[in-house]
Amino acid sequence: MKFDVMVDVRLRGGIADPAGATIERALPALGYDGVAGVTVGKTVRFAIEATDEAEATRRSEDLSASFLTNPVIEDATVMVTPADGPTGDHA
Amino acid sequence: MATAVGVVVFPGTNCEMDAVAAVEGLGGDGRLLWHGDEDLTGVDAVIVPGGFAHGDYLRPGAIARFSPMMGAIARFAADGGSVVGICNGFQVLTEAGLLPGALQKNSGLKFLCQPTVLRVESSDSSLTRLATVGSELSVPINHFEGNYTCDAETLARLRDEDRIVLRYVDNPNGSVDDIAGVCNEGRNVVGLMPHPERACDELLGSADGAVLISSLLDAA
Repeated sequence: MKFDVMVDVRLRGGIADPAGATIERALPALGYDGVAGVTVGKTVRFAIEATDEAEATRRSEDLSASFLTNPVIEDATVMVTPADGPTGDHA
Repeated sequence: MATAVGVVVFPGTNCEMDAVAAVEGLGGDGRLLWHGDEDLTGVDAVIVPGGFAHGDYLRPGAIARFSPMMGAIARFAADGGSVVGICNGFQVLTEAGLLPGALQKNSGLKFLCQPTVLRVESSDSSLTRLATVGSELSVPINHFEGNYTCDAETLARLRDEDRIVLRYVDNPNGSVDDIAGVCNEGRNVVGLMPHPERACDELLGSADGAVLISSLLDAA
C-alpha cells in the first residue's frame, strides 16, 4: 500500500528563530496588531510503500528522527494517511 | 616527509583552497578529497572545510554526513586520526555525531563576517596542542548558523572534561558558554566556527590561526 506522509518540523523552544522573529516584528507595520508567537518551521512531504499504516508510521518516524530533524534543535510531528484516500477503493 | 592533510570537498564546499594554502604555507602537503570517495590512504590528518555542503539543504551538514568519505573519516577518527571541522565542517561533524551539540542560527539574526578574538582554553587537542592556554588569537568568522548549543548535561560534560578548547572573548553569535570550538572525548576530533586557515598570513590581517593549523600538522 502507498501512504502519503507529512512531517512538520519545528525548532524546539529556546532555539533561535530569525525568520519567525522577523515576521513578527514586521506585522504591526502592516496593520496586523495582536499577533504573537510566530514561528517558522518546515514541512516535508513524501509517499511511502508499506504493508500497513503502522509500518508506514514506524518507518516515517524513523526517517524523521534520523535524517529530517536534528533532535538537539528540532521537534517533529509525523502524519500518515493512505494515498488512496479514506475509502481506499479507487481503481 | 611533509604531513599529508586531506581536505574534503563536497558539492558546495568553498574553503578548500584556503585550507590547502594554509597547510602548504606551514610546510604540510594539502590534498583534496572528493566526498564520494572513501580512500584515506596516505592521509595523516583531515580537514572538513567551510562552505555550503550540498547547499545546506535540510540543515547544514545534514546530507553531507551520508557521503562515503564521512564513513571513512569516522573510521579514521575512531583509530585516533586527527580531524578538524571548520565552520560548515564543524556543522558536518556535529550532524555526523563525531562531535556533540548543534549549531543554530546566530542570536543576533544576522550573517556575521568579521574578525573575532578567541581565547585558548585547552592545549590538549589536535588543533591546540602548540597553543598556550590563555592566549588570545584574532581569527575571522563567516557564518549565519554558528550559535553553538547543546543540552545542559552535555555542556556540563564538556566543561568537566576540559573539552571546550576555544572561547570567544566577546561572544558574537550567542553560543552557549561563549563556545567557539570543542573536541571529542579522544581529543583528536575538533570543530570550530572561526576560520584559522584564513588567518595564517599577516597579509590577511592576522597570522594567529597558524598556531592552530601547525598544531594539526604536529598532531598527525
